[in-house]
Amino acid sequence: MKTATVETNRPPPRSVDLPTLLAGGWVLLMLFTALAAPLMAPYEITSIDLRHRLAPPVGFGGTMLHVLGTDDLGRDVASRLFYSIRTSLLVAFGATAISVLVGTGIGFIAAYFRGLVEHALLLMIDVQASLPFLIVALAMLACFGNSLTLFVALMGLYGWERNARLARGLAITASAQGYASATRQLGAHPLRVYLRHILPNSAATLLVGATVTFPEIVLVESGLSFLGLGVQPPMTSLGVMVAAGREYITRASWMLLAPSLVIVITAVAVSVLGDWLRDKLDPTLK
Amino acid sequence: MSAVFRFAGPKVLRAGLSILIVVTFTFVVLRASGDPALQILGPSARAPDLEAFRRHWGLDQPLYVQYVRYVLAALHCDFGNSMLAGKPALQLVFERVPLTLALMLPALALTMLIGIPVGAYAAMHRDTWVDRSVMMLTVFGFTVPSFVLGLLLILIFSVTLGLFPSGGADRPESFVLPVLTLGLGGAAIIARFTRSAMIEVLSQLYIVAASAKGVTWRQVVRHHAFPNAIIPVLTLFGLMLGGQVAGAVLVESVFGWPGIGQLLVVSVANRDLAVVQVILLLVALTMTSANLLMDLLYGVFDPRLRGTNSGSQ
Repeated sequence: MKTATVETNRPPPRSVDLPTLLAGGWVLLMLFTALAAPLMAPYEITSIDLRHRLAPPVGFGGTMLHVLGTDDLGRDVASRLFYSIRTSLLVAFGATAISVLVGTGIGFIAAYFRGLVEHALLLMIDVQASLPFLIVALAMLACFGNSLTLFVALMGLYGWERNARLARGLAITASAQGYASATRQLGAHPLRVYLRHILPNSAATLLVGATVTFPEIVLVESGLSFLGLGVQPPMTSLGVMVAAGREYITRASWMLLAPSLVIVITAVAVSVLGDWLRDKLDPTLK
Repeated sequence: MSAVFRFAGPKVLRAGLSILIVVTFTFVVLRASGDPALQILGPSARAPDLEAFRRHWGLDQPLYVQYVRYVLAALHCDFGNSMLAGKPALQLVFERVPLTLALMLPALALTMLIGIPVGAYAAMHRDTWVDRSVMMLTVFGFTVPSFVLGLLLILIFSVTLGLFPSGGADRPESFVLPVLTLGLGGAAIIARFTRSAMIEVLSQLYIVAASAKGVTWRQVVRHHAFPNAIIPVLTLFGLMLGGQVAGAVLVESVFGWPGIGQLLVVSVANRDLAVVQVILLLVALTMTSANLLMDLLYGVFDPRLRGTNSGSQ
């Protein structure tokens, strides 16, 4: 055990290293694309250009007409890519919000009641651990069919158990601290203690938890969409594009490569950024 | 003996309870998804027929009676017939099990064979360029989703180089790409984990003590550091199995591998609920027993844990 040293002066802020900067830039670009997709896309995602079917991208024999080439129906790959990023990020944002809300709620409830409720929560976490989320999601989709709302709600179940465990831990630590018991002794309702006092004090850590959940949901969503069970046409998402590109892997590899590269770079960038954020916001989580 | 029981008992109980909850979950989901009579006989069925069907399958009984019957049937391995193939769902699933195992077992072996040495090597050469580049590679390894990795491997090794077939399960070479796809991601996770476990162990006092008494560095690593670092890596396997199962679903779909994963996707697309249910239970059973086994093995490897009931924390 090393002895803890109390730092009176904060260490000088370390300059951000190059990978983190690049990762940050890429994530910002993705967010911008998601917001501005309708302005950026040169074509409608469903507009068909049969004379330019499977046209290659610029630099590989293609023309500026379709910068990233076209797919098997002559639809513009770049436009579809922008809208795919939009859909994938939208689903992931909605689902992450649900996951954090549900997880925090359950975690706080477990922390407040303790005892039997807490054991029930631990058991549910065990059950969740015994079934990969992808399998559960597939089973639910088999039984309830698919719509975008349901799909987002389903994705919102992802990672709830981790968020719940985190929230429970934070709430238990917080209740042992002075400010929580002080408000409690002043006669505040438990709801008030939890929502007005403990929640704001735990928010930073919960947010870091969300940055872990978010990219994972992007990957699960693209996986399910790739299997044809996630986002349904005519809407498009990164997984939908990869699935379509797979059919033309020998003749039009750009259909596959464009969305694949976006998935790979985004996943790596978020991971790099998440590490940085974790070090920055909450060194104890490492 | 009673110490062993006190250590293992609660864990076994919890595992059993998890399985029961999964069975209950499939029952609830199955019932919530609609009236089986309507689903099988179709919307144009006449009322007396529906009535007869419900009576025949016990659907007119109260829900708890149905539930008990359902659990009893499940205990007798009776999961109904696949609506698509007309065969018992269990038989259909078990025909596919060997093919999926033929992918997962080599992939798990690959995960260990690459992950553990690479991680240990990186830890022993900490903060050199080897360590940094290996760690950068592992970031790619565990963030790139398996279906993208699989397709990129197909693009490179099948389409461009023509070395391996892009799909099917008929030739020995067919194994190479799916096993690689499934194994590389896991290897990256194991490598990172082994590295941090190893670094942690190397900073312990008993390593210093061993070096100080004149044991060669090679011996220190082999007899003192490595065995201690490997214990936490073992437990990770239980947790990683889930990722492997989910990965197998996607990888089988990418490579047209006729295993359980593909069966699951096809069954989901066709709403063949009996088959989905069997697969769900099979996965839950496998993973729960794997986790249980890891928990118990942990007790064997680390005798300090036997007295405390650390699993329920």
